[in-house]
Amino acid sequence: MDAPASEKRLEQLREKAWQEGVVPGRGVDVIGGPIPRKPGYYGEPVVKPPVWTWEIPLYFFFGGIAGMSAVIALAAVLFHHVGVARAAMWLAAIAGAVLSPILLIMDLGRPHLFLNMLRVFKHRSAMSMGAWILTAFGACAVPGLIALELHAHQIFAGTLDQLLSFAAGIFIFGAAIFGTLLATYTGVLIGATAIPAWFLHRTLLPIHFGTAGLGSAAAVLELFGHRISALNFIGFYAAAVETLLLIWLSVAKHGAADRAIHEHGSGWFIRIGEVLNGPLALLLRFFGLIPLAAISFLAGALISRIGWIAVGKVSGADPEAVFASQR
Amino acid sequence: MIGEGIQSTNQRKHSYVQDRVEVGFFTDPSVCIGCKACEVACKEWNQVPDDGFTWTGNSYDNTGHLGASTWRHVMFLEQDLPKGDQIAGPMSLGDQDPFRWVFLSDVCKHCEEAGCLEACPTGSIVRTEVGSVLVQNDVCNGCGYCVVSCPFGVIDRRPSPLPDSGGAFKCTFCYDRQKSGLVPACAKVCPTESIVFGRLDDLRAKASQRVQQLQQSGYNDAQLYDPTDTSVRGIHAFFLILGEPEAYGLPPKPQVPTIYLKSAWTAAFATAIASIIATLVAFAFSS
Repeated sequence: MDAPASEKRLEQLREKAWQEGVVPGRGVDVIGGPIPRKPGYYGEPVVKPPVWTWEIPLYFFFGGIAGMSAVIALAAVLFHHVGVARAAMWLAAIAGAVLSPILLIMDLGRPHLFLNMLRVFKHRSAMSMGAWILTAFGACAVPGLIALELHAHQIFAGTLDQLLSFAAGIFIFGAAIFGTLLATYTGVLIGATAIPAWFLHRTLLPIHFGTAGLGSAAAVLELFGHRISALNFIGFYAAAVETLLLIWLSVAKHGAADRAIHEHGSGWFIRIGEVLNGPLALLLRFFGLIPLAAISFLAGALISRIGWIAVGKVSGADPEAVFASQR
Repeated sequence: MIGEGIQSTNQRKHSYVQDRVEVGFFTDPSVCIGCKACEVACKEWNQVPDDGFTWTGNSYDNTGHLGASTWRHVMFLEQDLPKGDQIAGPMSLGDQDPFRWVFLSDVCKHCEEAGCLEACPTGSIVRTEVGSVLVQNDVCNGCGYCVVSCPFGVIDRRPSPLPDSGGAFKCTFCYDRQKSGLVPACAKVCPTESIVFGRLDDLRAKASQRVQQLQQSGYNDAQLYDPTDTSVRGIHAFFLILGEPEAYGLPPKPQVPTIYLKSAWTAAFATAIASIIATLVAFAFSS
């Protein structure tokens, strides 16, 4: 590019073409000349990148909050924090029984056939398990919330109220069990696929998604004014685990096979997300800036979910990543 | 009549579906002439919609890759490698400048352990009597999980505004034709029988014979692409390839993603238990 638009430049190009057989330039896609040099078959993807759009990372985010809110609600009920328990169950029901199904159905290619998800039960399909986990969670969280509210407001008296309190306990327990699965199965969902950057991190993903869900649930409750030390402790725990995962992710590199995590825009999403809900949230919480720590954690949890889907799109479209993961 | 005529398994009527015999495709690029009759026959018979016309610049291949609206795809490989003992033309520099053009008709592999079938949460994807993998279009709700579960990148969700959009599509192995004793459209039209349809056991024998024959006649890099030693446990539509699978966009060691479930679920359960314990501890110590 030293002498643009001159006879000398044209002679340079001719020389280069003669010497190297290929002349790359801006706006010119050199694919052949004479033999194509792209990886695989003309650089075409070997596996198909995910077709999922913005609904899925958002679902991962809300599903994680919902599931782990039920765990917090169970602990709050057991240790008599009724206010926290009620808020957590509202959160679980709204995020898990309203927002999550809506997002999932919106992402389907044929939303009107969403009930076909419940035609079969396949333990070897994480998507099938997820559909059943979400259904079971909703079936526990909504009656659990209703029973808890009726009990808290003392709508009924005597035996009926005792029965309600017992039912609330059972349903909240069920919601907590299915909730932990709801928050973590999403990691299994994308971990057990043919996308190299995903399956190479199949043990990290459920830990990350579950812990991000727990920290996010605590963060939302704190932002709604429930500033109790138990939630602060959970915030510390989640941010500490996320910090460890950030270190794990930077140590366990797989070269070209998972380069989508460390390069490209998708890599930046992962890094920014992990810094926000890992070290930064931990630091802010350490200095007692709880609302800021909560916001940082939530932002990180959402951004890293977006990042993981973006990583899947980049990694799935990269033939060299597939080859590298299999050699 | 071409080739073996009505004696050929590609032209004969059969009763494989009734007899529950496993069938397959054997695709042999050494006799493929790149006519794309298989692509056209597939699109016409199955009424697969036109998914746009783009120039790829990849040799004579403007189809690109298999997808929701492309169930047969003829690949055109240009390689600086010798092609057997072929007689070099007057323009060739002989051994110093080898060149070969390889055509291979790619298709759904109908895996023994099919990632798409395992992943499907609606039971839309089933195994047929002849061992092929079939998507039932009216059951599929378009969740897209099969797309990322196929180790070969075959199945895809059809985007709108194409007809029947939103569902996942791939080669049906012409199950409708096979039920009536007819041969899949692509094999039926193949003029050189580069695509051979038949009983899986017959085809496997035929394929290994063909590999030997080619190696004897100078195609030193002829090999069978049928990953029987990975978790896919073999494919029902297998290929003879010249050179390495990577050049054809075929994964060298494809794995069915269900093998990753155990470690992923273990991590999930561990996280679930750790989260419950951490939460209980948090409330216990602050009460």
